[in-house]
Amino acid sequence: MAVQTPTQSTKIARVGSARPGGPIRWIRAHIVPLGAGAALLYMFLPIFVVVAFSFNRPNGRYNDKWVRFSTNAWQHPCAVSGMCSGLKLSLTIGLIATVVSVILGTLVAFALGRYRFRGRSATNLLIFMPMATPEVVMGSSLLALFVMLRVQSGTMTILIAHIMFCLSFVVVTVKARIAALDPRLEQAAMDLYANERVTFWKITFPLVLPGIVAAALLAFSLSFDDFIITYFNSGATVTFPIFVWGAANHGTPPQINVVGATMFLVSLVVVIVGQVSSSRRRKKA
Amino acid sequence: MSDSVTTAGAGVDLQLINVTKRFGDFTAVDDLTLTIPQGSFFALLGPSGCGKTTTLRMVAGLEEPTDGTIKLGAEDITWAKPYRRPVNTVFQSYALFPHLDIFENVAFGLRRRGQKDVKKQVDDILELVELGGLARRKPPQLSGGQQQRVALARALINRPKVLLLDEPLGALDLKLRRQMQLELKRIQLEVGITFVHVTHDQEEAMTMADTIAVMNVGRVEQMGAPTDLYENPSTTFAANFLGQSNFFNGRVMQRGTDAQVQVGDRTLRMDGSRIHSAGDDVHLGVRPEKLRIAFGADAEMPTGFNRLEGVVTDASFIGVSTQYLVRVPWGQEVIVFEQNTNRDSRVDNGAPVTIAWDPLHAFALDASQDVAAGADLDDEAAPAAVAQ
Amino acid sequence: MSGGALLAESLAEKAPQSLKTTGPGRRKLTPYLLLLPGLLWLAVFFVAPTISLAQNSLQQGNLIDGFQFTFHIANYTAALSSYWPQFLRSFVYAGLATIFCIMIGYPLAYTIAFRAGRWKNAMLVLVIAPFFTSFLIRTLAWQTILADNSIVVSIMRSLHITNLLAVVGLTQSTRVLNTPLAVVAGLTYNFLPFMTLPLYAALDRMDPRLIEAGQDLYCSPWTAFRKITWPLSLPGVVAGTLLTFIPAAGDYINSRLLGVPNQAMIGEVIDLKYFSELDYPTASALSFTLLIAILILVSLYVRRAGTEELV
Repeated sequence: MAVQTPTQSTKIARVGSARPGGPIRWIRAHIVPLGAGAALLYMFLPIFVVVAFSFNRPNGRYNDKWVRFSTNAWQHPCAVSGMCSGLKLSLTIGLIATVVSVILGTLVAFALGRYRFRGRSATNLLIFMPMATPEVVMGSSLLALFVMLRVQSGTMTILIAHIMFCLSFVVVTVKARIAALDPRLEQAAMDLYANERVTFWKITFPLVLPGIVAAALLAFSLSFDDFIITYFNSGATVTFPIFVWGAANHGTPPQINVVGATMFLVSLVVVIVGQVSSSRRRKKA
Repeated sequence: MSDSVTTAGAGVDLQLINVTKRFGDFTAVDDLTLTIPQGSFFALLGPSGCGKTTTLRMVAGLEEPTDGTIKLGAEDITWAKPYRRPVNTVFQSYALFPHLDIFENVAFGLRRRGQKDVKKQVDDILELVELGGLARRKPPQLSGGQQQRVALARALINRPKVLLLDEPLGALDLKLRRQMQLELKRIQLEVGITFVHVTHDQEEAMTMADTIAVMNVGRVEQMGAPTDLYENPSTTFAANFLGQSNFFNGRVMQRGTDAQVQVGDRTLRMDGSRIHSAGDDVHLGVRPEKLRIAFGADAEMPTGFNRLEGVVTDASFIGVSTQYLVRVPWGQEVIVFEQNTNRDSRVDNGAPVTIAWDPLHAFALDASQDVAAGADLDDEAAPAAVAQ
Repeated sequence: MSGGALLAESLAEKAPQSLKTTGPGRRKLTPYLLLLPGLLWLAVFFVAPTISLAQNSLQQGNLIDGFQFTFHIANYTAALSSYWPQFLRSFVYAGLATIFCIMIGYPLAYTIAFRAGRWKNAMLVLVIAPFFTSFLIRTLAWQTILADNSIVVSIMRSLHITNLLAVVGLTQSTRVLNTPLAVVAGLTYNFLPFMTLPLYAALDRMDPRLIEAGQDLYCSPWTAFRKITWPLSLPGVVAGTLLTFIPAAGDYINSRLLGVPNQAMIGEVIDLKYFSELDYPTASALSFTLLIAILILVSLYVRRAGTEELV
């Protein structure tokens, strides 16, 4: 008792002294959220610039100074030669790379998440390595292989590269979902007369599906936005990021900003619709 | 201990014959032989790790025994896949399918077996468990008690030969648990299916089951009706796991109906059929509520009772009863529970008292056992008073 | 990039709760059949190239006469003696960017995890939303923001921040674009979600009552952070650091678009060796050195941080 009394009284004194208000105290109490607000501002600053400059009518070849308002770029998004074909190619590659890497990656994830076998930790390491390797290393070594085998760089080599680096991300994403799955759910299904195949399709797969969808979105955005590995293995093929890279050196038309702003809006709408519908499903009934 | 206890039964009994399950070096279930008669409410009671859940999972087909045979009636189901045996399970924390609504959860087993009139059967069973209006909800939207009843309905609707319940009430709060215990008992009587219930809660087992098997380190310590187990345990583990006891170190002087056990310088009488020891060194056990207490060293007690004089060292009032600690002549402290029918205010700390018990209420266990076995394994079972 | 949170969680994830021990016969083969196509792909297009990279790095010759494997260690000594400044610069920039990412990402993750309430999901969307636009387009936008006559730079100039930073060599006295600061800012910006999301995943798992318990036991808010929040968020910090540092060290887009023309990062040198000088052995030696250096740094770091459940 005697030992406790002084500490308790200092604690009470501190509480008492903190009572007075004032702007400094408010800032101190909210320093962390204020920092978060500043961080968000920092994150959105380039987005404002991208959207604003899509309405610019630049004087020279570079769209880096505000001249005057114009909707010209929005009305003629494909007026710049090469951009829309690059966009189309990037979307196609993204789609194919997503489908293939999701299939291969999901199989690997099930093996890792569901079975104990020899070489399990070696497999985990092999999956982790591409994520720990800088893009420039992966891109250049793959190019060296293609050169050695005298494979012509092009759409095919880009696809091979994209599937390779998307694979690991798919595996970890789907594996996490499988690991979070309660094994008793599958046992319950077997207990209720579902054989292995029915259990998989009625219980396991639907429950892992959100993880697979998330992995697909991740793979698509990684593939669509990739520059360095693509650049090393593209040959003369021009994807959208490669087009933008070239434009940065020869002149940036506002159409690039139109694509950037559209990508931002479309994905924002997709995410918001997904969020709202899932929260509505949760609240229903 | 004898593991082979045969209970008479007709029809589709569940039989485990010399069943052993090992995980690597660890033996979870050790040469277990057990017959569970059709229509009974059977409880496997024991602390965690005693092998009760493993036993249940082998019956369900979720675990394959290392050795032994499991039979349902005449049929050997030891190696049958879980989806090929007429046995259903209510899982611990329920394992309801989160992506299916209540109706589809309950209908799952029927649909797998291609049954007709699924709708009517599901509606009926949901009525039985009083969840009629909630058929289209998803599991996470239900309370714990409601989820528990869905899990029960999902298993029961298949009319299994045996229903397995793995700690089915563990996730519920005390009040709901009491209510569900009675509910389960009612449903079992109504449907007449064999229930095998795994639990670590001795009160739950005693409330519901008509037969309890007390398990410890992969073996059945003792099996019988709840009252028999409680009143006349045959091992210190069974005695302690089911409740508190006072144990006195003694030596059997005489066997038979009027048996005598020497404790310290006293000769105490008991029923010889309750001596569960071949040797003469025993722990003489008496449950605290069987002891009577009265003020004074020469207080009046019924004739024929064993009596000991002592001094009260602690008295705690706990509502329905009062719990006393009494120091007896050889220095041991004995626990006494007394109903507060008419509390004698003179019986308080330091008071000289007499304690006494009916010789028919004592039991004697082999002294080679650990006297505290099973005492601290469950939070609900308070530690027994231990001799010396 | 929205999978970043999932990725972060999976990086911090423990071993699967229940594993089927494979039974006799056919089932023993199942995991290998599942692994086969995916691992084959990685073997042919990741492992084989990495091995041939190591092999190429020890070759001699030129494109016209062909290359021969001569175990030419000199490729490494030459590469390292000529390009150690680029290596050093890459690691310093990546390290600075990682530190800035923690400084910016931590308050953000903390606010989302503990203060956002029902706005949690909305704030998470806000955190990843800027990264829905292309990496290159965002970096180009920073060119505009940091241009000499932009509002941001004018403010920095009038507050003498540029002068201050020029003393430590991060900026020039009047310029921000084409200085080290611009590169670090760009790297920080581009890899921020890779830090924020793992931090959020780690903090979100934490019971906020632990902080209250700490304060109840006489911790000041700062001590509570140092003794409770920070140690518990370490798995997130480690995962975030790896996801930020590794790509940042290999990146050269930011230094090309925002940096000083003659102060390249190592990625740009590799690019140059491959595409302009066609000097494959040196390029391979540089690539392989970068890979090894990063693996060493990462394993040292992970060991020090005491979190080895990442792999």
